[in-house]
Amino acid sequence: MFSNPLIYFVVIPLLMLGGLALCRNIKQIRAVAVTGSLALTALSVWLLVDYLGLRAAGVDAPMLYTGSWSWFTPLNINLSVGVDGISIAMLILSSIILLTGSFASWKIEPHTKDFFLWLILLSTGVFGFFISIDLFTMFMFYEVALIPMYLLIGVWGSGNKNYSAMKLTLMLMGGSAFLMLGLIGIYYHSAPEGQPLTWDLLEIAQNDSISRGWQHFLFPMTFVGFGVLGAMFPFHTWSPDGHASAPTAVSMLHAGVLMKLGGYGCFRVAIYLMPQAANDLAWIFLILTGISVVYGAFSACVQTDLKYINAYSSVSHCGLVLFAILMLNTTAMTGAIMQMLSHGLMTALFFALIGMIYGRTHTRDIRQMGGLMKIMPFLAVCYVIAGMASLGLPGLSGFVAEMTIFVGSFEHADMFHRVFTIVACCSIVITAVYILRVVGKLLFGPVYDEHHLALTDATWWERTSTITLIISVAAIGCFPNFFADLIKFTFSPSIFAVIGMN
Amino acid sequence: MDYSQFLVMKQEIGLLAVFLLVFLFDTFMPQRGQGCVGRFCCVLFAIFTAFGFCPSLTADGFDSAFAGMYNSSAAVVNIKNILNIGALIVMIQALRWADQDMVRIRRGEFYELLLVTLFGMYLMISARHFLLFVIGLETASLPLAAMVAFEKHRYESREAAIKYILTAVFSSAVFLMGLSFVYGLAGSLYFDNIAVALWGEQFNALLAVALAFVIAGIGFKLSLVPFHLWTADVYQGAPTPVTSYLSVISKGSAAFAAMVILWQAFGAVYSQAWEWMLYALIIITITVGNLFAIRQRNIKRFLAFSSISQAGYIMLGVIAYNYMGMAALMYYVLVYIFSNLAAFGVVGAIENASGKVWIDDYKGLYKTNPRLAFTMMLAMFSLAGIPPFAGFFSKFFIFTSAINQGSVAIYVLVLIALINTIISLYYYLLVVKAMFISQDDCVIARFRSAGSERLALWICVAGIIFLGIVSCVYNHLLEIV
Repeated sequence: MFSNPLIYFVVIPLLMLGGLALCRNIKQIRAVAVTGSLALTALSVWLLVDYLGLRAAGVDAPMLYTGSWSWFTPLNINLSVGVDGISIAMLILSSIILLTGSFASWKIEPHTKDFFLWLILLSTGVFGFFISIDLFTMFMFYEVALIPMYLLIGVWGSGNKNYSAMKLTLMLMGGSAFLMLGLIGIYYHSAPEGQPLTWDLLEIAQNDSISRGWQHFLFPMTFVGFGVLGAMFPFHTWSPDGHASAPTAVSMLHAGVLMKLGGYGCFRVAIYLMPQAANDLAWIFLILTGISVVYGAFSACVQTDLKYINAYSSVSHCGLVLFAILMLNTTAMTGAIMQMLSHGLMTALFFALIGMIYGRTHTRDIRQMGGLMKIMPFLAVCYVIAGMASLGLPGLSGFVAEMTIFVGSFEHADMFHRVFTIVACCSIVITAVYILRVVGKLLFGPVYDEHHLALTDATWWERTSTITLIISVAAIGCFPNFFADLIKFTFSPSIFAVIGMN
Repeated sequence: MDYSQFLVMKQEIGLLAVFLLVFLFDTFMPQRGQGCVGRFCCVLFAIFTAFGFCPSLTADGFDSAFAGMYNSSAAVVNIKNILNIGALIVMIQALRWADQDMVRIRRGEFYELLLVTLFGMYLMISARHFLLFVIGLETASLPLAAMVAFEKHRYESREAAIKYILTAVFSSAVFLMGLSFVYGLAGSLYFDNIAVALWGEQFNALLAVALAFVIAGIGFKLSLVPFHLWTADVYQGAPTPVTSYLSVISKGSAAFAAMVILWQAFGAVYSQAWEWMLYALIIITITVGNLFAIRQRNIKRFLAFSSISQAGYIMLGVIAYNYMGMAALMYYVLVYIFSNLAAFGVVGAIENASGKVWIDDYKGLYKTNPRLAFTMMLAMFSLAGIPPFAGFFSKFFIFTSAINQGSVAIYVLVLIALINTIISLYYYLLVVKAMFISQDDCVIARFRSAGSERLALWICVAGIIFLGIVSCVYNHLLEIV
């Protein structure tokens, strides 16, 4: 079991949990958190290199590093792991954000130890989710990742935290209720009559035995279930409140990684296993995600709280991920994965910066701040870079991702898709509006409060955190082909069948 | 008469032996040694529980005695073992409570009554003839009323006992009424004969009335809505160890017995008669239990309504009507025992130390008693079905087994149940919130709970954490059914 490298993505966080439990003071806690997340980052980078090496050598299995260990044998539930390019991209994203999140919560108070315990438990769920290819295990890790949010927001959050924490938890768990039904339904149709049922993603995709009628029932269940976490339109309301109340590192992890669980799940489970229904019902969800994209962007324009602005912008950008996935063609899906990466890093950078600014000014209201460029130039410059990435400046990650998505979407020649693509494109302009508005007022305007003049610029741990993220954002922006190559092996024959049908 | 038949009843005989030893100890022990009757009983019962796991008991397969009235199989032995574990934890939890001034003089009786009711539950589970079943039912119900009234100096305890005994008698009457109809239909009270007589029976008024009465009779015991009205008052009034006993052991045995009756005696008319009855009962039980739980401020009433809705989930295993349902039901009962007893263990420890029973009193508990708060949180998460705790697995498996039945109606039922888990998560989180998030005012001072209480809680915590992840428990249950 331990010869498989993937298992360490769960083992290391578990060891970290054990280590944290033994910690006596804050230095030890920081040491454990940073060492562990560094180890995870190193592991994921090694995995990336090794994976590309294997692919270059001509290995063409859909998933590599697969391993399966029997768990609940009578129900055929296994602990199955395996990764492809997308999972590896997500693993890298998660480990970078965990690392930078640990730096960003260097001074968290009170109950520092408990904070890190819950944070690491959350990331155990995240890593477990991305390496699993067994639906049951996947779902279990998915829920493990959700519940620590309640305490993280409730205890360490700010503002209307009780309300936000409860709302977030209940809405996400509501989504997973639909998801659970969908997954059990998939299990009972996972194999042709007479053959043993299975929870294994690859086997289910290969068997392709879910009838069209059942797909029409199960696809919405799973898509909505994951879509709630991906902030799909009527179910996005947890996101602004939750992000605004959460402490910095939690906002980073949540917007940066957890929301990607939604997009990843929609792709890996809903569309991968039920392509026919995806083809038939995509239009409904395209409308919903189209609304997310535009509505999120407009809402961000009228907000005055920095975190709310960024949370609504996340709704818009994550809506774009689901939107692209539903286009059901290779180009758009590649764009979707890149958007996941790009948005994860960029939004984590945003939330980290907002947390750092808030830690100094003790307000997040843009009306009560101004001229920060003079006061804290390092943070302000980073904020501008994050903003540019968000509105899609070439050279940074946002541009390549959005460009690929819209090119892919425009490949559909019919009226419906064209109209929605154009509508979604408008969001880029709206994004520019709210980003530039904030940058102008917050950073370049006159100094609003004399007290702010005494504030200091970033400390070394804050610099580490932001610089790591900026380098990653720029890396995607400058070497998009590398990531496109990483992803391209993923699109399996069943997905191509759908595209053929289109 | 062939006396070797008694050998089939090994577990009953063992339990009876424990009972007699405790009784003799309690009666003939000089005053000085009376103090350890509780511990004596716990040790004996622990040995007896271990005895239940002897391979010679479980390997027998299918056995019956007394012309088929009594029956034992691997599944039956297992559910009895599960109940034993629960009863053992309750006994350990009760040790400190039984040492209190007003109770001390009668503590021996508490353990004796508990063993007697457990004996009754054994009979309910093993009965394959309605006469034996009724004897078991009465043996299990009437001494429980005495246990509820155990703190007779307290008004609430007396009131709860009256409510309990009236409801118990009434429900037995309803049940017997149903049995008379069943006898009229089938001409026998043997489960097997009833099944044969009902084979091919179409839905008719007599059958509906008979089943309605039978289900209502068991429904009282299980506190399914609309037969739940006694539950909250009795749970609130009874001493906490008795409440925990009522909520897990009594409920678990009734659930298994209900399954045996409905499957074995009435299996032939599953889709004609009782599927939709149970369907409706489950929906209103889960929903009403959950909605009422939200409004509770007293932690014991709160757990009462939570246990009502949990009974609804347990019945999903019955409506599944397949071998997976049986395994899932037993597993659910097992996990529920550990989770609920952990919750009651904390409630009891706090009540013994400070007398506080309101949810608002739990505010800031994490600050003063972090371990108790942590245990309570695990219990709440497990009851709500959050992984990686055992409750998640039991919920998942019971839903999976229900859907195995295959009809679209079942999908709808499971969806309703799933949506209800969200409501239940809300109120379980309210308790977590009080303990962890509301930190401004700490009502309960720091205290050290008794060793026995800690032991019981450690057992429960271990169960909550490991029962799910360690798959062999469920695998074993699925193998033997």
